[in-house]
Amino acid sequence: MAGCIRLENLTLGYDRRPAVHHLHGTIEPGAMLAVCGPNGAGKSTLLKGLAGLLAPLGGRIERNGLSSRDIAYLPQIVEIDRAFPVDVHDFIATGAMRRTGLFGTIDRCELARIEAAIATVGLEGFEDRQLCTLSGGQMQRVLFARILVEDQSVILLDEPFGAIDAATIDDLLALISRWRGEGRTIVAVLHELDLVRKAFPQTLLLAREPIFWGETCDALSREHIAAARAMVEAFDREAQECLRDEGAAENAHAL
Amino acid sequence: MLYESLVAPFVDYEFMRRALIGSLALAISGSPLGVFLILRRMSLAGDALSHAILPGAALGYLAAGLSLPAMTFGGLIAGLVVAVASGAAARWTALREDASLAAFYLVSLALGVAIVSVRGSNVDLLHVLFGSVLALDDATLILLAGITSFTLLALAVSYRALALDTLDPTFLRRISPLGEAVPFAFLVLLVLNLVAGFHALGTLMAVGVIMLPAAAARLWTADLTSALPLAAAIGVGSSYAGLVVSFRLGLPTGPAIILAAGAVYIVSLAFGRAGGLARLRRPRRHLRG
Repeated sequence: MAGCIRLENLTLGYDRRPAVHHLHGTIEPGAMLAVCGPNGAGKSTLLKGLAGLLAPLGGRIERNGLSSRDIAYLPQIVEIDRAFPVDVHDFIATGAMRRTGLFGTIDRCELARIEAAIATVGLEGFEDRQLCTLSGGQMQRVLFARILVEDQSVILLDEPFGAIDAATIDDLLALISRWRGEGRTIVAVLHELDLVRKAFPQTLLLAREPIFWGETCDALSREHIAAARAMVEAFDREAQECLRDEGAAENAHAL
Repeated sequence: MLYESLVAPFVDYEFMRRALIGSLALAISGSPLGVFLILRRMSLAGDALSHAILPGAALGYLAAGLSLPAMTFGGLIAGLVVAVASGAAARWTALREDASLAAFYLVSLALGVAIVSVRGSNVDLLHVLFGSVLALDDATLILLAGITSFTLLALAVSYRALALDTLDPTFLRRISPLGEAVPFAFLVLLVLNLVAGFHALGTLMAVGVIMLPAAAARLWTADLTSALPLAAAIGVGSSYAGLVVSFRLGLPTGPAIILAAGAVYIVSLAFGRAGGLARLRRPRRHLRG
């Protein structure tokens, strides 16, 4: 099906150590999926994999007609060098480079789009401010404005509400609902479980291994959360090679 | 009197005119490059790379004597090898970039000095280490001007990519297949300018005309579009002032140029409006909102 993202036995990680281990599932077009789990569960790693920033250690991601470049991605704020001398308007304008490329001109139509995005996130009057003068909430609004300008059908959000006040969360959540109404696919890493229960119909609960993927009320049951918390964070220094794939292959042969 | 000091040396002596053209070419492309070097937090990497050019230039010298093409080519190759090798070492080994660059450049510097001494005299070694801005021939001038023109064109074309690669590298990689190539292209430009600087100012001073004007410019403005021309202007001014001073006082030219740039830097440290010390001394009353 066009626009759906299928994960087949996906393993992502660093240095042979899996951070997301043997994940199966499908993200339907227009889905609104929360990814929850304890710290170190592989949530951000999964998003990086979906965005094409990290090659899988095993398995694959099938994007069915989407290129990884067609996916908008909101990184955690720390990944941006905010000391760089650039103002709010110019930073948001980089979102237009998806269409203009690195060398094209940003024409009147793009400028109108940028202006509209700034108004939508409530940053009028901030156009000339340098990034380093913004508060955490204002910076998050800037990143959302850039996603508006990018205008992609799949949107990945990595901890969009970390250290953000309630008013800003409400504004940004309204924006996410609007995206959903427009039929875009949204995958968000979130820690605020109450908010997930309120706003996200589907949830993937991750603790390196997938614990549950389905309706949010089922996924965030007490047993599932307890299972996720029991995840061992430390590496097993004696870890052997994972043979699960080979086992599966042998079984398949036997059949 | 003013004419005597400021203009006459260049009217009367051809070697001074050549030195002026050569050092202006260096400053015009090197200083804006330095602005990016500072933004990318690579100031020390620039210094390390300038030493890394030495063994290549020395090998060229060993093969062909003080020959322009041989030493240029050797320097380019050595600079690129060290840039790529230390980048790779930082990525795939336990060492971070600063440590691996320091390791590579120390080895390069020692290797270079050893190679030059095998065949050459101390005079040759001095030439390699400190350059010879007063003895630039036609071919070298054309090389310097060529590198300057190429660098300015490349900076103009890749301005957005370079800025974005510093500001938000993952975003650049997501929107453009060229993203991965940007850091490497920047290193190529840097090595080209260091090789140009090597001919005029020598391997020890080459990075001075890249770094000092850029650092000074940053103290006057936080805006990138004005920092780039300002850095170039400071570089041009220091080159000219250095040449005049060295002519009047009989100082060695390379160090005089770097000292002039250093003086501008010290003054900027004190009085720079966008980060100098003066800004701390007289705090103005805070605003209403």
